[in-house]
Amino acid sequence: MRLDWEIAKRGWGRYAAYPAAAWAGAFTNSVFGFMQAYVLIALFRHRTDVGGYDVGDAVTYVWLAQALLMTVYIFGWEELALRIRDGSIATDLSRPLNPQRYWLAFDLGRAPFHFIFRGIPPFLVGAFVFDLHYPTAPLAAAFVLSVFLAVVVSLGFRFLYNVAAFWIVDHRGVLRLSVTACLFFSGMTLPLTFFPTWLESLARILPFASIVQVPIDVYLGKHTGLDLVWVLAVQAAWAVALLTLGRIALSRGTQKLVVQGG
Amino acid sequence: MAESLVVYWRLAGANIRAQMQYRVSFVIDVTATFLISFLDFLAVLILFHNVPRLAGWSVHEVAFLYGTSAVAFALAELLVGHSEQLALRLRTGTFDVLLARPRGTLYQVAASDLPLRRLGRALQGAVVFVYALAGAHIDWTAGRIAMLVAMVPTGILLFASMWIVALCLLFWTVDGSEFSNAFTYGGQTMTQYPIDIYGQWLRRFLAYLVPTAFVCYFPALYILDKEDPLGLPRIVQFIAPFVALASAVVAGLLWRSAVRHYRGAGG
Repeated sequence: MRLDWEIAKRGWGRYAAYPAAAWAGAFTNSVFGFMQAYVLIALFRHRTDVGGYDVGDAVTYVWLAQALLMTVYIFGWEELALRIRDGSIATDLSRPLNPQRYWLAFDLGRAPFHFIFRGIPPFLVGAFVFDLHYPTAPLAAAFVLSVFLAVVVSLGFRFLYNVAAFWIVDHRGVLRLSVTACLFFSGMTLPLTFFPTWLESLARILPFASIVQVPIDVYLGKHTGLDLVWVLAVQAAWAVALLTLGRIALSRGTQKLVVQGG
Repeated sequence: MAESLVVYWRLAGANIRAQMQYRVSFVIDVTATFLISFLDFLAVLILFHNVPRLAGWSVHEVAFLYGTSAVAFALAELLVGHSEQLALRLRTGTFDVLLARPRGTLYQVAASDLPLRRLGRALQGAVVFVYALAGAHIDWTAGRIAMLVAMVPTGILLFASMWIVALCLLFWTVDGSEFSNAFTYGGQTMTQYPIDIYGQWLRRFLAYLVPTAFVCYFPALYILDKEDPLGLPRIVQFIAPFVALASAVVAGLLWRSAVRHYRGAGG
Protein backbone atom coordinates (compact mmCIF):
# COMPACT_ATOMS: atom_id res chain seq x y z
CA MET A 1 0.00 0.00 0.00
CA ARG A 2 2.85 2.33 0.88
CA LEU A 3 4.43 1.47 -2.46
CA ASP A 4 1.20 2.18 -4.37
CA TRP A 5 0.95 5.51 -2.62
CA GLU A 6 4.48 6.46 -3.67
CA ILE A 7 3.79 5.46 -7.28
CA ALA A 8 0.52 7.41 -7.24
CA LYS A 9 2.38 10.51 -6.08
CA ARG A 10 4.62 10.17 -9.13
CA GLY A 11 1.55 9.89 -11.35
CA TRP A 12 0.31 13.18 -9.94
CA GLY A 13 3.74 14.77 -10.16
CA ARG A 14 4.29 13.87 -13.81
CA TYR A 15 1.31 15.96 -14.91
CA ALA A 16 1.58 18.61 -12.22
CA ALA A 17 4.99 19.48 -13.70
CA TYR A 18 3.34 21.18 -16.69
CA PRO A 19 0.80 23.65 -15.31
CA ALA A 20 0.72 25.68 -18.56
CA ALA A 21 -0.28 22.58 -20.52
CA ALA A 22 -3.10 21.99 -18.02
CA TRP A 23 -4.44 25.53 -18.47
CA ALA A 24 -4.20 25.31 -22.25
CA GLY A 25 -6.09 22.04 -22.14
CA ALA A 26 -8.76 23.43 -19.83
CA PHE A 27 -9.26 26.28 -22.32
CA THR A 28 -9.73 23.82 -25.18
CA ASN A 29 -12.16 21.74 -23.08
CA SER A 30 -14.19 24.89 -22.46
CA VAL A 31 -14.37 25.80 -26.16
CA PHE A 32 -15.65 22.32 -27.01
CA GLY A 33 -18.03 22.46 -24.04
CA PHE A 34 -19.63 25.62 -25.42
CA MET A 35 -20.09 24.15 -28.88
CA GLN A 36 -21.64 20.93 -27.68
CA ALA A 37 -23.85 22.71 -25.18
CA TYR A 38 -25.28 24.94 -27.92
CA VAL A 39 -25.85 21.99 -30.25
CA LEU A 40 -27.87 20.19 -27.57
CA ILE A 41 -29.75 23.34 -26.62
CA ALA A 42 -30.80 23.62 -30.30
CA LEU A 43 -32.13 20.08 -30.03
CA PHE A 44 -34.30 21.13 -27.09
CA ARG A 45 -35.83 24.03 -29.05
CA HIS A 46 -38.21 21.46 -30.45
CA ARG A 47 -38.65 19.18 -27.45
CA THR A 48 -38.68 19.45 -23.70
CA ASP A 49 -37.53 15.91 -23.03
CA VAL A 50 -35.12 13.64 -24.89
CA GLY A 51 -34.54 10.19 -23.44
CA GLY A 52 -35.48 11.36 -19.95
CA TYR A 53 -33.22 14.43 -20.06
CA ASP A 54 -34.43 17.99 -19.85
CA VAL A 55 -32.31 20.81 -21.26
CA GLY A 56 -30.61 21.40 -17.88
CA ASP A 57 -29.63 17.73 -17.68
CA ALA A 58 -28.23 17.83 -21.20
CA VAL A 59 -26.14 20.96 -20.69
CA THR A 60 -24.86 19.66 -17.35
CA TYR A 61 -24.01 16.43 -19.16
CA VAL A 62 -21.87 18.27 -21.70
CA TRP A 63 -19.79 20.06 -19.07
CA LEU A 64 -19.38 16.95 -16.94
CA ALA A 65 -18.26 15.03 -20.01
CA GLN A 66 -15.61 17.69 -20.69
CA ALA A 67 -14.57 17.43 -17.05
CA LEU A 68 -14.23 13.65 -17.32
CA LEU A 69 -12.45 13.68 -20.67
CA MET A 70 -8.95 13.89 -19.21
CA THR A 71 -9.85 12.36 -15.84
CA VAL A 72 -10.58 9.01 -17.52
CA TYR A 73 -7.86 9.71 -20.11
CA ILE A 74 -10.16 8.79 -22.96
CA PHE A 75 -7.98 10.12 -25.80
CA GLY A 76 -5.64 7.21 -25.68
CA TRP A 77 -2.66 6.09 -23.71
CA GLU A 78 0.21 4.22 -25.30
CA GLU A 79 3.02 4.35 -22.75
CA LEU A 80 2.90 0.65 -22.03
CA ALA A 81 2.64 -0.24 -25.74
CA LEU A 82 5.75 1.85 -26.45
CA ARG A 83 7.63 0.10 -23.63
CA ILE A 84 6.63 -3.26 -25.10
CA ARG A 85 7.77 -2.21 -28.56
CA ASP A 86 11.18 -0.90 -27.52
CA GLY A 87 11.78 -3.71 -25.06
CA SER A 88 11.83 -1.66 -21.84
CA ILE A 89 9.03 -3.92 -20.67
CA ALA A 90 11.79 -6.47 -19.87
CA THR A 91 13.07 -4.14 -17.15
CA ASP A 92 9.55 -3.66 -15.79
CA LEU A 93 9.02 -7.40 -15.64
CA SER A 94 12.20 -7.95 -13.69
CA ARG A 95 10.90 -5.76 -10.88
CA PRO A 96 9.12 -7.42 -7.95
CA LEU A 97 5.90 -5.64 -8.87
CA ASN A 98 3.32 -6.49 -11.51
CA PRO A 99 3.32 -3.82 -14.24
CA GLN A 100 -0.46 -3.67 -14.06
CA ARG A 101 -0.38 -2.79 -10.39
CA TYR A 102 2.24 -0.15 -11.15
CA TRP A 103 0.19 1.50 -13.89
CA LEU A 104 -3.03 1.31 -11.88
CA ALA A 105 -1.39 3.09 -8.95
CA PHE A 106 0.21 5.60 -11.32
CA ASP A 107 -3.12 6.28 -13.02
CA LEU A 108 -4.93 6.71 -9.71
CA GLY A 109 -2.39 9.41 -8.90
CA ARG A 110 -2.80 11.05 -12.30
CA ALA A 111 -6.61 11.05 -12.31
CA PRO A 112 -7.17 13.37 -9.31
CA PHE A 113 -4.77 15.88 -10.85
CA HIS A 114 -6.69 15.90 -14.09
CA PHE A 115 -10.03 15.95 -12.27
CA ILE A 116 -9.05 19.04 -10.30
CA PHE A 117 -7.08 20.98 -12.91
CA ARG A 118 -8.58 19.82 -16.20
CA GLY A 119 -12.08 18.99 -14.98
CA ILE A 120 -13.15 21.64 -12.50
CA PRO A 121 -12.03 24.80 -14.42
CA PRO A 122 -14.09 24.10 -17.57
CA PHE A 123 -17.02 23.01 -15.40
CA LEU A 124 -16.88 26.35 -13.58
CA VAL A 125 -16.84 28.15 -16.94
CA GLY A 126 -19.93 26.19 -17.93
CA ALA A 127 -21.61 26.89 -14.58
CA PHE A 128 -20.94 30.60 -15.06
CA VAL A 129 -22.70 30.78 -18.45
CA PHE A 130 -25.40 28.09 -18.31
CA ASP A 131 -27.98 26.90 -15.77
CA LEU A 132 -26.52 23.62 -14.60
CA HIS A 133 -27.91 21.05 -12.21
CA TYR A 134 -26.10 20.53 -8.91
CA PRO A 135 -26.23 17.34 -6.86
CA THR A 136 -27.13 16.85 -3.21
CA ALA A 137 -24.24 15.97 -0.89
CA PRO A 138 -24.91 12.20 -0.90
CA LEU A 139 -25.18 12.22 -4.70
CA ALA A 140 -21.93 14.15 -4.96
CA ALA A 141 -20.26 11.48 -2.83
CA ALA A 142 -21.73 8.73 -5.03
CA PHE A 143 -20.49 10.65 -8.08
CA VAL A 144 -16.92 10.75 -6.75
CA LEU A 145 -17.05 7.02 -6.09
CA SER A 146 -18.44 6.41 -9.56
CA VAL A 147 -15.69 8.54 -11.16
CA PHE A 148 -13.10 6.55 -9.23
CA LEU A 149 -14.56 3.31 -10.62
CA ALA A 150 -14.70 4.87 -14.10
CA VAL A 151 -10.98 5.59 -13.93
CA VAL A 152 -10.25 1.98 -12.99
CA VAL A 153 -12.49 0.63 -15.80
CA SER A 154 -10.80 3.00 -18.23
CA LEU A 155 -7.32 1.93 -17.09
CA GLY A 156 -8.38 -1.73 -17.39
CA PHE A 157 -9.44 -1.11 -20.99
CA ARG A 158 -6.38 1.00 -21.88
CA PHE A 159 -4.12 -1.67 -20.41
CA LEU A 160 -5.71 -4.26 -22.69
CA TYR A 161 -5.19 -2.39 -25.96
CA ASN A 162 -1.63 -1.59 -24.90
CA VAL A 163 -0.83 -5.21 -24.16
CA ALA A 164 -1.92 -5.95 -27.75
CA ALA A 165 1.51 -4.59 -28.70
CA PHE A 166 2.96 -7.98 -27.70
CA TRP A 167 1.27 -9.46 -30.77
CA ILE A 168 1.05 -6.50 -33.16
CA VAL A 169 4.09 -4.61 -34.44
CA ASP A 170 2.28 -1.36 -35.15
CA HIS A 171 -0.08 -0.84 -32.24
CA ARG A 172 -1.38 2.53 -33.48
CA GLY A 173 -4.19 1.06 -35.55
CA VAL A 174 -5.54 -0.82 -32.54
CA LEU A 175 -5.08 2.29 -30.43
CA ARG A 176 -7.08 4.50 -32.81
CA LEU A 177 -9.83 1.95 -33.18
CA SER A 178 -10.10 1.44 -29.40
CA VAL A 179 -10.15 5.17 -28.69
CA THR A 180 -12.86 5.75 -31.31
CA ALA A 181 -15.04 2.94 -30.01
CA CYS A 182 -14.61 4.21 -26.46
CA LEU A 183 -15.42 7.84 -27.38
CA PHE A 184 -18.59 6.80 -29.12
CA PHE A 185 -19.94 4.05 -26.87
CA SER A 186 -19.00 5.66 -23.56
CA GLY A 187 -21.34 8.59 -24.18
CA MET A 188 -18.52 11.10 -24.66
CA THR A 189 -19.65 12.10 -28.17
CA LEU A 190 -23.35 12.20 -27.29
CA PRO A 191 -25.35 11.00 -24.26
CA LEU A 192 -26.34 7.36 -24.81
CA THR A 193 -29.89 8.32 -23.86
CA PHE A 194 -30.14 10.15 -27.22
CA PHE A 195 -29.30 6.98 -29.18
CA PRO A 196 -31.99 4.92 -30.92
CA THR A 197 -33.17 2.22 -28.50
CA TRP A 198 -31.33 -0.70 -30.13
CA LEU A 199 -28.04 1.21 -30.24
CA GLU A 200 -28.45 2.37 -26.67
CA SER A 201 -29.09 -1.22 -25.52
CA LEU A 202 -25.92 -2.29 -27.30
CA ALA A 203 -23.92 0.53 -25.73
CA ARG A 204 -25.32 -0.27 -22.27
CA ILE A 205 -24.01 -3.82 -22.28
CA LEU A 206 -20.49 -2.73 -23.24
CA PRO A 207 -17.98 -1.66 -20.58
CA PHE A 208 -17.60 1.83 -22.09
CA ALA A 209 -20.83 3.15 -20.57
CA SER A 210 -19.20 2.75 -17.15
CA ILE A 211 -16.54 5.28 -18.16
CA VAL A 212 -18.67 8.36 -18.93
CA GLN A 213 -22.43 7.79 -19.07
CA VAL A 214 -22.81 6.06 -15.69
CA PRO A 215 -20.88 8.59 -13.55
CA ILE A 216 -22.79 11.47 -15.16
CA ASP A 217 -26.14 9.76 -14.63
CA VAL A 218 -25.18 9.24 -11.00
CA TYR A 219 -24.43 12.96 -10.72
CA LEU A 220 -27.75 13.86 -12.37
CA GLY A 221 -29.62 11.65 -9.91
CA LYS A 222 -30.92 9.27 -12.58
CA HIS A 223 -30.13 6.32 -10.32
CA THR A 224 -31.43 6.23 -6.77
CA GLY A 225 -31.70 3.68 -3.99
CA LEU A 226 -31.01 0.11 -5.02
CA ASP A 227 -30.61 1.16 -8.65
CA LEU A 228 -27.68 3.33 -7.62
CA VAL A 229 -26.06 0.44 -5.76
CA TRP A 230 -26.62 -1.72 -8.84
CA VAL A 231 -24.90 0.61 -11.35
CA LEU A 232 -21.95 1.09 -9.02
CA ALA A 233 -21.71 -2.69 -8.67
CA VAL A 234 -21.75 -3.06 -12.47
CA GLN A 235 -18.92 -0.54 -12.73
CA ALA A 236 -16.94 -2.43 -10.10
CA ALA A 237 -17.60 -5.71 -11.91
CA TRP A 238 -16.29 -4.26 -15.19
CA ALA A 239 -13.23 -2.93 -13.38
CA VAL A 240 -12.44 -6.37 -11.97
CA ALA A 241 -13.21 -8.16 -15.24
CA LEU A 242 -11.03 -5.89 -17.40
CA LEU A 243 -8.15 -5.91 -14.92
CA THR A 244 -8.29 -9.72 -14.77
CA LEU A 245 -8.32 -9.97 -18.56
CA GLY A 246 -5.41 -7.56 -18.70
CA ARG A 247 -3.43 -9.61 -16.23
CA ILE A 248 -4.02 -12.81 -18.21
CA ALA A 249 -3.08 -11.09 -21.48
CA LEU A 250 0.07 -9.70 -19.89
CA SER A 251 1.25 -13.09 -18.66
CA ARG A 252 0.46 -14.66 -22.07
CA GLY A 253 2.39 -11.88 -23.79
CA THR A 254 5.30 -12.22 -21.40
CA GLN A 255 5.64 -15.90 -22.26
CA LYS A 256 6.23 -15.13 -25.91
CA LEU A 257 8.33 -12.02 -25.33
CA VAL A 258 11.72 -11.92 -27.00
CA VAL A 259 13.89 -8.88 -26.41
CA GLN A 260 16.83 -8.21 -28.69
CA GLY A 261 20.22 -7.03 -27.61
CA GLY A 262 21.55 -6.36 -24.16
CA MET B 1 7.40 30.19 -58.24
CA ALA B 2 7.43 27.37 -60.78
CA GLU B 3 10.69 26.12 -59.37
CA SER B 4 9.25 26.12 -55.85
CA LEU B 5 6.41 23.95 -57.07
CA VAL B 6 8.87 21.53 -58.64
CA VAL B 7 10.83 21.31 -55.40
CA TYR B 8 7.61 20.85 -53.43
CA TRP B 9 6.56 18.08 -55.77
CA ARG B 10 9.91 16.33 -55.32
CA LEU B 11 9.73 16.56 -51.52
CA ALA B 12 6.11 15.41 -51.49
CA GLY B 13 6.97 12.56 -53.84
CA ALA B 14 9.74 11.37 -51.54
CA ASN B 15 7.38 11.59 -48.61
CA ILE B 16 4.68 9.62 -50.40
CA ARG B 17 7.16 6.94 -51.46
CA ALA B 18 8.22 6.63 -47.82
CA GLN B 19 4.60 6.11 -46.74
CA MET B 20 4.12 3.53 -49.48
CA GLN B 21 6.94 1.37 -48.17
CA TYR B 22 4.51 -0.37 -45.87
CA ARG B 23 1.70 -0.76 -48.38
CA VAL B 24 -0.64 -2.87 -46.21
CA SER B 25 -0.15 -0.61 -43.21
CA PHE B 26 -0.96 2.39 -45.42
CA VAL B 27 -4.15 0.88 -46.84
CA ILE B 28 -5.31 -0.10 -43.35
CA ASP B 29 -4.57 3.39 -42.08
CA VAL B 30 -6.57 5.15 -44.81
CA THR B 31 -9.45 2.69 -44.49
CA ALA B 32 -9.48 3.02 -40.70
CA THR B 33 -9.53 6.82 -40.92
CA PHE B 34 -12.36 6.60 -43.45
CA LEU B 35 -14.45 4.27 -41.25
CA ILE B 36 -13.65 5.94 -37.94
CA SER B 37 -14.81 9.32 -39.22
CA PHE B 38 -18.20 7.78 -39.98
CA LEU B 39 -18.83 7.35 -36.26
CA ASP B 40 -18.40 11.11 -36.11
CA PHE B 41 -21.15 11.60 -38.67
CA LEU B 42 -23.27 8.96 -36.98
CA ALA B 43 -23.49 11.37 -34.04
CA VAL B 44 -25.15 13.91 -36.37
CA LEU B 45 -27.60 11.27 -37.58
CA ILE B 46 -28.41 10.36 -33.97
CA LEU B 47 -29.21 13.99 -33.18
CA PHE B 48 -31.64 14.00 -36.09
CA HIS B 49 -33.11 10.74 -34.89
CA ASN B 50 -34.53 12.85 -32.05
CA VAL B 51 -35.70 15.90 -34.03
CA PRO B 52 -36.67 16.42 -37.68
CA ARG B 53 -34.92 19.79 -37.87
CA LEU B 54 -32.15 21.52 -35.97
CA ALA B 55 -32.69 25.29 -35.89
CA GLY B 56 -34.66 24.95 -39.12
CA TRP B 57 -32.03 22.84 -40.89
CA SER B 58 -32.80 19.33 -42.15
CA VAL B 59 -30.36 16.46 -41.81
CA HIS B 60 -29.36 16.77 -45.47
CA GLU B 61 -28.69 20.47 -45.10
CA VAL B 62 -26.51 19.88 -42.04
CA ALA B 63 -24.79 17.10 -43.99
CA PHE B 64 -24.06 19.68 -46.68
CA LEU B 65 -22.23 21.80 -44.09
CA TYR B 66 -20.54 18.75 -42.63
CA GLY B 67 -19.36 17.33 -45.96
CA THR B 68 -17.92 20.52 -47.42
CA SER B 69 -16.27 21.40 -44.13
CA ALA B 70 -14.76 17.92 -43.69
CA VAL B 71 -13.30 17.85 -47.20
CA ALA B 72 -11.80 21.33 -46.90
CA PHE B 73 -10.44 20.71 -43.42
CA ALA B 74 -8.88 17.35 -44.26
CA LEU B 75 -7.10 18.80 -47.29
CA ALA B 76 -5.89 21.86 -45.37
CA GLU B 77 -4.63 19.62 -42.57
CA LEU B 78 -2.92 17.40 -45.13
CA LEU B 79 -1.05 20.39 -46.56
CA VAL B 80 -0.11 22.46 -43.50
CA GLY B 81 -1.37 20.75 -40.33
CA HIS B 82 2.06 19.60 -39.23
CA SER B 83 1.87 21.01 -35.71
CA GLU B 84 3.55 18.05 -34.04
CA GLN B 85 6.63 18.20 -36.23
CA LEU B 86 6.89 21.96 -35.80
CA ALA B 87 6.47 21.69 -32.02
CA LEU B 88 9.30 19.14 -31.99
CA ARG B 89 11.55 21.41 -34.08
CA LEU B 90 10.87 24.35 -31.79
CA ARG B 91 11.50 22.35 -28.62
CA THR B 92 14.72 20.79 -29.85
CA GLY B 93 15.96 23.87 -31.71
CA THR B 94 16.21 22.17 -35.11
CA PHE B 95 14.10 24.98 -36.56
CA ASP B 96 17.50 26.66 -37.12
CA VAL B 97 18.06 24.35 -40.07
CA LEU B 98 15.03 25.78 -41.83
CA LEU B 99 16.33 29.31 -41.40
CA ALA B 100 19.59 28.41 -43.10
CA ARG B 101 18.03 26.97 -46.25
CA PRO B 102 17.30 29.09 -49.35
CA ARG B 103 13.51 28.74 -49.13
CA GLY B 104 10.80 30.32 -47.05
CA THR B 105 10.31 28.76 -43.61
CA LEU B 106 6.56 28.35 -44.00
CA TYR B 107 7.14 26.67 -47.35
CA GLN B 108 9.55 24.23 -45.74
CA VAL B 109 7.22 23.48 -42.86
CA ALA B 110 4.41 22.77 -45.32
CA ALA B 111 6.67 20.57 -47.44
CA SER B 112 7.96 18.64 -44.43
CA ASP B 113 5.11 16.15 -44.44
CA LEU B 114 2.11 14.99 -46.46
CA PRO B 115 0.23 12.44 -44.35
CA LEU B 116 -1.95 10.78 -46.99
CA ARG B 117 -3.93 9.00 -44.27
CA ARG B 118 -5.94 12.22 -44.05
CA LEU B 119 -7.32 11.52 -47.50
CA GLY B 120 -9.48 8.95 -45.72
CA ARG B 121 -11.17 11.79 -43.87
CA ALA B 122 -11.59 13.82 -47.07
CA LEU B 123 -13.14 10.79 -48.73
CA GLN B 124 -15.60 10.42 -45.87
CA GLY B 125 -16.51 14.11 -46.23
CA ALA B 126 -17.13 13.54 -49.94
CA VAL B 127 -19.46 10.62 -49.21
CA VAL B 128 -21.42 12.70 -46.69
CA PHE B 129 -21.57 15.46 -49.30
CA VAL B 130 -23.10 13.10 -51.87
CA TYR B 131 -25.64 12.06 -49.24
CA ALA B 132 -26.44 15.74 -48.73
CA LEU B 133 -26.91 16.41 -52.44
CA ALA B 134 -29.14 13.36 -52.76
CA GLY B 135 -31.54 14.61 -50.10
CA ALA B 136 -31.39 18.41 -50.10
CA HIS B 137 -33.60 20.13 -52.62
CA ILE B 138 -31.31 22.51 -54.39
CA ASP B 139 -32.53 24.75 -57.16
CA TRP B 140 -29.39 24.65 -59.32
CA THR B 141 -28.46 27.84 -61.12
CA ALA B 142 -25.18 28.88 -62.70
CA GLY B 143 -24.50 31.10 -59.71
CA ARG B 144 -25.05 28.27 -57.23
CA ILE B 145 -22.82 25.90 -59.17
CA ALA B 146 -20.10 28.56 -59.32
CA MET B 147 -20.43 29.07 -55.57
CA LEU B 148 -20.15 25.34 -54.95
CA VAL B 149 -17.01 25.12 -57.07
CA ALA B 150 -15.52 28.08 -55.21
CA MET B 151 -16.40 26.64 -51.79
CA VAL B 152 -13.77 23.95 -51.59
CA PRO B 153 -10.67 26.04 -52.47
CA THR B 154 -12.07 28.84 -50.29
CA GLY B 155 -12.55 26.43 -47.41
CA ILE B 156 -9.07 24.98 -47.83
CA LEU B 157 -7.54 28.46 -47.83
CA LEU B 158 -9.50 29.50 -44.74
CA PHE B 159 -8.69 26.36 -42.79
CA ALA B 160 -5.05 26.49 -43.92
CA SER B 161 -4.85 30.07 -42.63
CA MET B 162 -6.30 28.94 -39.32
CA TRP B 163 -3.77 26.14 -39.16
CA ILE B 164 -0.92 28.57 -39.84
CA VAL B 165 -2.15 30.85 -37.04
CA ALA B 166 -2.26 27.77 -34.79
CA LEU B 167 1.31 26.92 -35.82
CA CYS B 168 2.36 30.49 -34.98
CA LEU B 169 0.97 30.06 -31.46
CA LEU B 170 3.47 27.24 -30.98
CA PHE B 171 6.33 29.74 -31.19
CA TRP B 172 5.07 31.36 -28.00
CA THR B 173 3.61 28.42 -26.13
CA VAL B 174 6.13 25.76 -27.30
CA ASP B 175 4.12 22.86 -25.94
CA GLY B 176 0.73 24.41 -26.36
CA SER B 177 -0.59 22.21 -29.15
CA GLU B 178 -3.69 21.62 -27.03
CA PHE B 179 -4.30 25.35 -26.98
CA SER B 180 -4.14 25.57 -30.76
CA ASN B 181 -6.46 22.54 -31.03
CA ALA B 182 -9.23 24.84 -29.82
CA PHE B 183 -8.79 26.97 -32.95
CA THR B 184 -8.18 24.23 -35.52
CA TYR B 185 -10.27 21.23 -34.51
CA GLY B 186 -12.59 23.51 -32.56
CA GLY B 187 -13.04 25.76 -35.58
CA GLN B 188 -13.80 22.80 -37.78
CA THR B 189 -16.35 21.34 -35.38
CA MET B 190 -18.13 24.68 -35.32
CA THR B 191 -18.55 24.73 -39.09
CA GLN B 192 -20.51 21.48 -39.02
CA TYR B 193 -23.66 23.08 -37.66
CA PRO B 194 -25.55 26.23 -38.67
CA ILE B 195 -23.92 29.02 -36.68
CA ASP B 196 -27.18 30.53 -35.48
CA ILE B 197 -27.45 27.71 -32.93
CA TYR B 198 -24.46 29.16 -31.07
CA GLY B 199 -24.83 31.89 -28.47
CA GLN B 200 -24.49 35.43 -29.72
CA TRP B 201 -20.97 36.11 -28.48
CA LEU B 202 -19.66 32.82 -29.87
CA ARG B 203 -21.37 33.60 -33.17
CA ARG B 204 -19.74 37.02 -33.42
CA PHE B 205 -16.40 35.51 -32.51
CA LEU B 206 -16.90 32.98 -35.31
CA ALA B 207 -18.17 35.29 -37.98
CA TYR B 208 -15.77 38.14 -37.44
CA LEU B 209 -12.66 37.03 -35.59
CA VAL B 210 -12.05 33.40 -36.57
CA PRO B 211 -13.83 33.40 -39.92
CA THR B 212 -15.09 29.81 -39.84
CA ALA B 213 -18.62 30.87 -40.74
CA PHE B 214 -17.35 31.72 -44.22
CA VAL B 215 -16.08 28.18 -44.84
CA CYS B 216 -19.52 26.77 -45.50
CA TYR B 217 -22.27 28.49 -43.53
CA PHE B 218 -22.60 31.72 -45.53
CA PRO B 219 -22.07 30.08 -48.94
CA ALA B 220 -24.53 27.33 -47.92
CA LEU B 221 -27.21 29.94 -47.13
CA TYR B 222 -27.02 30.99 -50.78
CA ILE B 223 -26.78 27.50 -52.31
CA LEU B 224 -29.57 26.02 -50.18
CA ASP B 225 -31.59 29.23 -50.51
CA LYS B 226 -32.08 29.68 -46.78
CA GLU B 227 -33.23 32.72 -44.89
CA ASP B 228 -30.39 34.27 -42.89
CA PRO B 229 -31.66 34.26 -39.30
CA LEU B 230 -29.03 36.81 -38.37
CA GLY B 231 -30.32 39.22 -40.99
CA LEU B 232 -26.86 40.11 -42.26
CA PRO B 233 -26.58 41.88 -45.63
CA ARG B 234 -26.81 39.45 -48.52
CA ILE B 235 -23.35 40.38 -49.77
CA VAL B 236 -21.91 38.42 -46.81
CA GLN B 237 -22.90 35.21 -48.59
CA PHE B 238 -20.63 36.01 -51.53
CA ILE B 239 -17.47 37.43 -50.02
CA ALA B 240 -16.04 34.18 -48.64
CA PRO B 241 -13.22 33.98 -51.24
CA PHE B 242 -12.09 37.50 -50.34
CA VAL B 243 -12.26 36.73 -46.62
CA ALA B 244 -10.12 33.67 -47.34
CA LEU B 245 -7.52 35.74 -49.17
CA ALA B 246 -7.47 38.30 -46.37
CA SER B 247 -7.06 35.52 -43.77
CA ALA B 248 -4.17 34.09 -45.73
CA VAL B 249 -2.44 37.49 -45.73
CA VAL B 250 -2.99 37.88 -41.98
CA ALA B 251 -1.70 34.35 -41.36
CA GLY B 252 1.38 35.04 -43.49
CA LEU B 253 2.18 38.26 -41.63
CA LEU B 254 1.69 36.56 -38.29
CA TRP B 255 4.03 33.77 -39.37
CA ARG B 256 6.73 36.35 -40.15
CA SER B 257 6.51 37.89 -36.73
CA ALA B 258 6.40 34.44 -35.11
CA VAL B 259 9.62 33.42 -36.87
CA ARG B 260 11.25 36.68 -35.81
CA HIS B 261 10.29 35.78 -32.25
CA TYR B 262 12.12 32.45 -32.54
CA ARG B 263 15.24 32.35 -30.40
CA GLY B 264 16.65 28.89 -31.02
CA ALA B 265 17.63 26.47 -28.31
CA GLY B 266 21.39 27.07 -28.44
CA GLY B 267 23.98 24.51 -29.30
